[in-house]
Amino acid sequence: MPSPLTGVATDLKFRDPAKARELSAAVVRLCADIGRDPITLMHVCGSHEQAIAKYGLRSNFPPALDVIMGPGCPVCVTDLPEVDEAVALAEQGVRVVTYGDMLRVPGTARSLLEAQADGGAVDVIYSASQAVDLAWAHPGQEVVFFATGFETTAVATAALALRPELPPNLSILSAHKYILPAMEIVAQMPATRVEGFLAAGHAATITGWGLFEPFVERYRLPVVVAGFEPLDILAGLVKLLELVRDGRAEVANAFPRCVTREGNRNAQEQLWRVFETVGGIWRGIAHIPDGNLRLREEFAGLDARRRFTIDLAHFGTDAPAALTQQCICGTIMAGSASPFDCALFGKECLPDMPVGACMVSSEGTCRIWHTYGGRPKL
Amino acid sequence: MSVSDGDARRTALQAHEDRVLMKHGAGGRAMRRLIEETLAAGFADMAVDGIGLSAFDDGAAIRVGDQWLVVTTDSHVVKPVFFPGGDIGRLSVAGTVNDLAMMGATEPLGLTCAVILEEGYLRSDLEKVHRSMLEAALEAGAPIVTGDTKVMGRGEIDGIVLNTTGVAMTRHVVSDAGLRPGDRIILTGTVGDHGIALMAARRGFGLDADLRSDVAPLNSLIRAAMAAAAGGITAMKDPTRGGVASALHEMAQKAGVGILVREELVPIRDVVRATAEILGLDPLHIANEGKAVIGVAAESADAVLAALRAHPLGADAAIVGECVTEHPRKVVLDTGFGRRLLAEPEGEPLPRIC
Repeated sequence: MPSPLTGVATDLKFRDPAKARELSAAVVRLCADIGRDPITLMHVCGSHEQAIAKYGLRSNFPPALDVIMGPGCPVCVTDLPEVDEAVALAEQGVRVVTYGDMLRVPGTARSLLEAQADGGAVDVIYSASQAVDLAWAHPGQEVVFFATGFETTAVATAALALRPELPPNLSILSAHKYILPAMEIVAQMPATRVEGFLAAGHAATITGWGLFEPFVERYRLPVVVAGFEPLDILAGLVKLLELVRDGRAEVANAFPRCVTREGNRNAQEQLWRVFETVGGIWRGIAHIPDGNLRLREEFAGLDARRRFTIDLAHFGTDAPAALTQQCICGTIMAGSASPFDCALFGKECLPDMPVGACMVSSEGTCRIWHTYGGRPKL
Repeated sequence: MSVSDGDARRTALQAHEDRVLMKHGAGGRAMRRLIEETLAAGFADMAVDGIGLSAFDDGAAIRVGDQWLVVTTDSHVVKPVFFPGGDIGRLSVAGTVNDLAMMGATEPLGLTCAVILEEGYLRSDLEKVHRSMLEAALEAGAPIVTGDTKVMGRGEIDGIVLNTTGVAMTRHVVSDAGLRPGDRIILTGTVGDHGIALMAARRGFGLDADLRSDVAPLNSLIRAAMAAAAGGITAMKDPTRGGVASALHEMAQKAGVGILVREELVPIRDVVRATAEILGLDPLHIANEGKAVIGVAAESADAVLAALRAHPLGADAAIVGECVTEHPRKVVLDTGFGRRLLAEPEGEPLPRIC
């Protein structure tokens, strides 16, 4: 019997190199029409950067086109104290379960991976519901779901919190982020070169593309919602360049097979029933008003921050501050610099000993450029 | 940077590095650095007539008269011990036979087998492991000629650890450092099968997919390739931990050549491609236990490919790229959509968040 996965990845029609060449040619034409150098477009999603780098799309962009990644890596912008909280819980005997790429993120003193090496119970999960399974499987132990990510994963956490029956030993440490306020911060920056945004298709599947209408109105910058296959991204860029060329500040949906104007109402309702926005520091960037998602009062019983006394004092603040000060992740995520502008990139700052936020996760700009060569002359 | 900044950073790094982490066993840069700084220190400088520790090859080759004695050793720990497509017994024989074969020694004289068992280990499981070893040894024509058995207390070791050492003679030793510009890069079959099968067996992703390890002794396949190549094979490596990407990086760096790989030519089973995609992993980073990366002079490439494809273990073999003078020591992947560097894996592959 053929496997149900047969052809899943090979037969995708959004991976047709011939169509990609046509779209790349359109990108080149549009950039020539616009005639400025550079033309800077920003996407706000690690998965977009992954796809752009993984398929080598940049090697076919015209030199004038700068497609940069903004603050789109939820793992990278998770602040030191948030990582410290999870590490401290693991140290005090709590079973911490989280998504794989949180493990390497350094806290003030150490990462979850290092806490695990020292005997802490840390489990990698692939979906929020596995946190529930693990809590049922370890009834004698407190299990904390260190929940990270943007709206996409926050909805899964919300659905979990709304289950009628949950194991009593399960709680949630939310480090969830909300992307729109961070886009506003970038748009407000006086020095911003960004002429348009490519918005993340999966988040927009939930929020709907209508979410960006007030943003476009206020900042007069076009937004195009795009998917994650190479053709999705190229088609999104073509649409965005058309809007830039015509000087039209509009929202366009280049991912109509998944995204609607109103989005997934049911998911939104669950998200906002469980979470509320609160201001917080995004690592390397700034304090983002309304940028973090925290559990509402009525879910206090599920909130790890209320269930445990988490002692962060013992971590101290003996991080190598001077080197961290040379890190330009903030400017990179704001779109004003590239990893190649950083003196530490690929030298003191490497994937297995990152200095800054963008090198920590496989979703971070520096990590992705270090891995795939950024914009190589090949 | 001021002196004190450098000191602070070094102190921070030492604090970071005073323990062995899982990444130090993952076959990448971290592991190499640890070995160079600790275990290999001193030994790497001791004179050897042939290929010694400093070469960081699959094994050693010591000149004996007009031949080479090839020696290699491998310890095996695997979770789970029994996995789809094989078990630790088959793995321990195939791993060592393959390391010998990668150096051109395809007729093992003998293997040793050391077993360390945890108190309470099931005798029936041990018998199962033994049957697999015997089966693989018969398949490879590699007799196990001596061994050692130890038992440790409960909790002092995790179940079973196997070590095998292999010896063989060859007249034509092949290193992993011999690539030259113009050489073709051949993969002997589909990539990623072993690592993905193990990850699925460990984590139970709930995927209803037929994922099986490719673990197999390759010596008869390599023998056929070497016979067809008439001296044209310039380098070989088995892409185990770190996958094909790691193997190609090491080969490019040791030889000082650039490698260009065409992604569409890389053989990958549909289910492996799809599972890796779902988990955000690159099949080129995933471990294999029954495949080889072979560098061949251009004029011998077609003959080697034909010989590989005529063998049951090489039916999916393909020429996937070539060595170039551009971008020396770098591996570049042509994706069909553009070009980029082929990443060198960092630590154990961890699935991404979204």
